[in-house]
Amino acid sequence: MKRRNFLSLSAGAAAATGLAACGNSGPADTSGGGSGGADAASYWFLSGPPGEPIRQGAVDRFNKAGSGNQVKVTTFQNDTYKDKLKTALGAGQAPTIIWGWGGGGLKSYVQNGQVDDLTDWFAQNAAVKDRLFKSSFGPATVDGKIYAMPAETVQPIIMLYNKEVFEKCGVQNPPQTWSELMSILPKFNDKGVAPFSLAGQSRWTNMMWLEFLFDRIGGPEVFNNAYDGQKDAWSNPAAIEGLTKIQELINAKGFVKGFSSVTADSNADQALLYRGKAAMELHGSWSYGIIKADGGNFIKDGKLGYFNFPAVDGGKGDPSNTVGNAGQYLSIYSKASEKQKETAKKFFASLLDDTEQQGWIESGGVPIVQGSNAKLASSPDKDFLNFIYDVSSKAGNFAQSWDQALSPTAAETLLDNISKLFQLQISPQQFATNMNAVIGK
Amino acid sequence: MTIAPPAVRSAPPAASSGARSGSVSWMAWPALVAFTIFGIIPLFGVLVLSFSSWSGLTQDIPFTGLDSWKSVLSDPGLPHALWITFLIMALSWLAQTPLSILIGVFIAAHKRYRGVLAVLFFIPLLLSQAAIAITYKMLLDPNFGLGAGLGWGFLQQDWLGESKLAVGVVIFVVSWQWIPFHSLIYQGGVRQIPTSMYEAAEIDGAGRVRKFFSITLPQLKYTIITSSTLMVVGSLTFFDLIWVLTAGGPGDATRALAVDMYQRGFRSALMGPASVIAVILVLLGLGLALLVRRLGGRDAAESQLEGI
Repeated sequence: MKRRNFLSLSAGAAAATGLAACGNSGPADTSGGGSGGADAASYWFLSGPPGEPIRQGAVDRFNKAGSGNQVKVTTFQNDTYKDKLKTALGAGQAPTIIWGWGGGGLKSYVQNGQVDDLTDWFAQNAAVKDRLFKSSFGPATVDGKIYAMPAETVQPIIMLYNKEVFEKCGVQNPPQTWSELMSILPKFNDKGVAPFSLAGQSRWTNMMWLEFLFDRIGGPEVFNNAYDGQKDAWSNPAAIEGLTKIQELINAKGFVKGFSSVTADSNADQALLYRGKAAMELHGSWSYGIIKADGGNFIKDGKLGYFNFPAVDGGKGDPSNTVGNAGQYLSIYSKASEKQKETAKKFFASLLDDTEQQGWIESGGVPIVQGSNAKLASSPDKDFLNFIYDVSSKAGNFAQSWDQALSPTAAETLLDNISKLFQLQISPQQFATNMNAVIGK
Repeated sequence: MTIAPPAVRSAPPAASSGARSGSVSWMAWPALVAFTIFGIIPLFGVLVLSFSSWSGLTQDIPFTGLDSWKSVLSDPGLPHALWITFLIMALSWLAQTPLSILIGVFIAAHKRYRGVLAVLFFIPLLLSQAAIAITYKMLLDPNFGLGAGLGWGFLQQDWLGESKLAVGVVIFVVSWQWIPFHSLIYQGGVRQIPTSMYEAAEIDGAGRVRKFFSITLPQLKYTIITSSTLMVVGSLTFFDLIWVLTAGGPGDATRALAVDMYQRGFRSALMGPASVIAVILVLLGLGLALLVRRLGGRDAAESQLEGI
């Protein structure tokens, strides 16, 4: 969940914007949280630039549109949001509009009957549905029904590299295959540069490597089998091969020294890349915004390169496949009043208008709207954004992050075992055994 | 030492203890009410939850009997978490106690420069645990920390990324933060010791070291018990420091019971098993507190100053 921390580049500024933004809420609003009582639909989302002002802007335009419907906003910092929401749901005090990441979290809300089924609404409002990326509906769908409105931007996981370091170490091109990747490791290590930066303490960062390796070696079904609860799915030969390959990479000094104490929250992993201490990094597309903000002239001087995760020799998976966040998700709380639910749906239909799309593009994101690449041309970041648009729209399969897809219980076991795997505390076989034990939980 | 005549224990006058304390017992009520509401009742809540399989999300709580207890007690993670908890407890006690006593004795003397030093020693106690943890995390960063900045080889360890070093760092930071507090307790303890004892020892020809071991240390017995109780029971609740510093990692090298409880409850959404661990923590805390008191002798109210 911390990967969305590109949103909290500066927590202090976030709080300031949050306060400023509260100034223009409509007269119908009451100050109480939760959804009870007032007719205004309540909406909780994450504070912090660049997302907060854009989300707030969308709410303000909706409130000013004069339909008499009002959306009332409360913002939270990333790390407190999930816990706060969990408590509110447990107490029956959740907001009308629940902002989230889809996948396994959404599934647990669905199983507890806490969010409304939106399938019929999307059928009646085909225009709302058809303009969005098809892949964005994956994490919003549970058992064939849609429970959330995809929103905001698409964030695939990509490889970033430091062109200057590549030049210094005599590496011409980014690796296209896994064996090529393994063969260039010594070139970096000889010059005292780590081949890959990694924020290992955050654990989900390590997980992204496995997501790609499983997919490249055996295709999306390797993980999907585990997700669908197939017995011993983690012992699949493709899975074992992927787990073995990652330990080979660790043994070959592929990752920066001390990676297991680096956290993604501090953005130290990106700093290693733009300071030239590491040559490459596998991370979310939001890293671009972080590097742009923190990395000085790194991007302006054309030192940042990017490519899709390399193919694995002899692998079955389509190398155009990607993983990441196919969007952000808005659900409607089942215990909200009818009036609030109506307002929420009208609000959903108003989302991702031209102004909001422009806002996301300026922040360095690609809105999940078909053809939004037409708007990218005027952006100073158009090369990168076009790359992201291409990766996202051409992906044969856009898998969601495992920890988002799985139930919280299985996800925690997964992250726990991943961290042990990267510490070389457990073997691939032990990893598979431990994970097989929580299939379907 | 001279043998003191058997102490005459005069029973306290019955009238004063019975009647008066009876009339002022209402003074305990506000504290008792607060403790019941915020201490006892939640404790029973946790006990009840430990027999459920609540996810923390729903409004109705499914009760599943002993399932949570069975799953926790058969989990190999529990002995590991217990081991880490006791390891941190024992090593941080060993690191803190001698240093705290020495510093406490040092700052107990009425000299101005020691008073100034006492104030300086006190500073770590004023900082929040989270702030301390973040600061140390940055200082110990293998790529951007103190070691990398100064270029000193021995500082350039993977402090928080290697299991043994990470445990060591946790103990070091805990000691760094809490030694001032315990020094303060010892300072108070040392100042309670009658100077006549030291004067008598000097007449007998005792040196500085002899006085420390024969008078100061025995006289500090109950202070040591108090401070040890605080250390031992307090170390069960180390969470924020470990969470910010290592998040229980690398792997599960620093996953103490409190961290394990948080991960089960709020990360895995298993409130039942998390409550089981909470109950275990409470029982451990009570047991240890009783044990430490027992170690200090049968009658904690016994006077140290008999014969004077």
